Amino acid sequence: MSSAMSAPRSDDVSAVVILLDVNPYFWGTKTSTGFTFEQFFQHVLVFINCILLLSHLNQVTVIAMGASACTFLYDSAAIDGTASGRSKQEKRPESRSTTITQKLQEFVKKDEAAETNLGPVENQFSNLSGSLSMALCYIQRILRKPTAPPQPRILCVQGFPDAPQQYIAVMNSIFSAQRCSVPIDACIVGSQHSAFLQQASHITGGIYMKPPQPEGLFQYLTMVFATDLYSRQFLQLPRSAGVDFRASCFCHKRTIDMGFVCSVCLSIFCKHHKACSTCGANFNVKKGGQKRKHPSS
Amino acid sequence: MLSVEDDGDVEAEEAGRDMEAYERAYADDRSWEDLQEDESGRLRVVDVAQQQRQHRKRVAAMAGAHIQRGIIRYLYLLVDLSRAAGEMDFRPSRMGVVANCVEAFVREFFDQNPLSHLGIITLHNGVAQCLTDLSGSPETHIRALRANLECAGDASIQNAIDLARGLLCQIPTYAHRETLLIFSALSTCDPGDILEAVQRCKDANIRCSVVGLAAEIYICKLLCEQTGGNYSVATSETHLKDLIMEHAPPPPVLAESAVASLVRMGFPQRGAEDAVALCVCHGEVKMGGGYICPCCKARVCELPTECHICGLMLVSSPHLARSYHHLFPVPHFEELEGTAMANGRESEFKLCYGCQQKLPFPGGEVSGVRLVCPRCRQHFCYDCDLYIHESLHNCPGCESISSTSSLPDLQN
Repeated sequence: MSSAMSAPRSDDVSAVVILLDVNPYFWGTKTSTGFTFEQFFQHVLVFINCILLLSHLNQVTVIAMGASACTFLYDSAAIDGTASGRSKQEKRPESRSTTITQKLQEFVKKDEAAETNLGPVENQFSNLSGSLSMALCYIQRILRKPTAPPQPRILCVQGFPDAPQQYIAVMNSIFSAQRCSVPIDACIVGSQHSAFLQQASHITGGIYMKPPQPEGLFQYLTMVFATDLYSRQFLQLPRSAGVDFRASCFCHKRTIDMGFVCSVCLSIFCKHHKACSTCGANFNVKKGGQKRKHPSS
Repeated sequence: MLSVEDDGDVEAEEAGRDMEAYERAYADDRSWEDLQEDESGRLRVVDVAQQQRQHRKRVAAMAGAHIQRGIIRYLYLLVDLSRAAGEMDFRPSRMGVVANCVEAFVREFFDQNPLSHLGIITLHNGVAQCLTDLSGSPETHIRALRANLECAGDASIQNAIDLARGLLCQIPTYAHRETLLIFSALSTCDPGDILEAVQRCKDANIRCSVVGLAAEIYICKLLCEQTGGNYSVATSETHLKDLIMEHAPPPPVLAESAVASLVRMGFPQRGAEDAVALCVCHGEVKMGGGYICPCCKARVCELPTECHICGLMLVSSPHLARSYHHLFPVPHFEELEGTAMANGRESEFKLCYGCQQKLPFPGGEVSGVRLVCPRCRQHFCYDCDLYIHESLHNCPGCESISSTSSLPDLQN
């Protein structure tokens, strides 16, 4: 960790890691606006070209989020292994798009094969925690570069709503990103807001946006998410409306204002229980926080 | 007897006989030959794999298995400001180095234990004084310490731990009571029987740890052994910082040291942007923002804090989530040995699953160790392993196995 902090990052070079939600359970259902996956993918490909055109030192990495797995689709810095320059072929955007599309098709086939032994459709969620972890491991590799590594950031394009069972893993990733000063931006193309990504952007200093008209996705992406971190202070970017940091109780999953927290494992309950259901601790006292009795010798 | 041409041989022989035992160990050690330049021009030791293995062993020895940790902590920092702390053997002075380490420790402590409280007690002129009360704000402590760095007089351990014990007896039973003494002196001047003071601390369930700067002292060792704390002595500035930072993560605790209970906490919502209100922490009029206590509707500026009006502890869910990784730690990764690598499917696993770096295999140009997660059987490089276990606390492979994980259903 100390080696990552010691090299000062260059101001206007960015390394963007894009997490794309390619979950077929989301894209297969008919949305009210008729925004199909082909249109979405085209917008994203043009956006990737746009970032790479802004500066020749910019790097883009694309990770696909499936229902059960995630994989690296494209890495602009990994061609030929040479530190400077990419090969002449990869500079052409057409071959870049072809590579990404091919890799995506392979991934979706593998994901489909793995999905057949998962639960019913309502339980399928996009693998946000796995892809965030992979993105952060990759960013650590970028930051280990000895000379002037670029400023990394993560852009998460998500369609599916949040998966409650991924809560701890997503929060771990968010705190780790905060420690490395990596902002997490979020662009929601689904219909529901994502509380996880709202918290992520708030804690790490990123931008959260849900475009009201997804057909114009490319415009939103370039206006809000394309610039490097240094230039963001000069731009008028969408401000977060308000983040709901309230917790849900473990027994009913209701959002609560006031609750009881187990002092051993920090599980949250809405009313008093005899014992903690997560760690099994017995609560002997009726009220929490009574004063200590004098210890008997 | 010694002819001119024999001089060199005889002298070399005598030199060989005269070599001490410790010198003989280094006689054939040509460690400069082990250095090489890597692709970016830095010097590195050739046997990278051995270095990595040694580091992993050290880290594994420090980390424990799945044990209960005290997450809600009330810690008193006992800082020694006696004349021994003004010595110059650490640059610029012992006190300067300690002040820097304490500042870093305070920030790390509140980062890792957001629900905990810290207070500072100083030892000088034979008495112990409470510099700051137990509170949850790092700036208060750092400012107070920086303003009071004069070193004078003797240090008295008994007064310090008696004062800390008196103050810690007033806190709730579910919290873990701890003290950390940063001791520069070589003696303690006490008004009474220090052994009784140690016994009283032990009865009060206070875990006392000591970080020494000078030398190992018997009374400090006794104090730590009796109360279940950690005693370590620093040998240099960086070592001192490492030792103090080791006390930032929650320590393992015995089940009987704190009573498990349900603590009533509030989860306030953020106030509206255009509301004007009097905040209870500063007593000033503030515009917009802030958090509203759900019980008494008072406005506080930041979380976590205790509402000054009704005493309810106010937190937000990320503060609780910061400690969840202690409950579900990532399993220790196993090293894949050379023979297993040769027989196995290393052709499928050419790249690290986390960062897509080339993984080492016998005969290849990349050196180092290759690590496997016992649960998901994915291969990782050494740097990813370090990052996953120290900072991320998620294994990317285990997260991708399936959406129906074995962890309990914890929801925001």
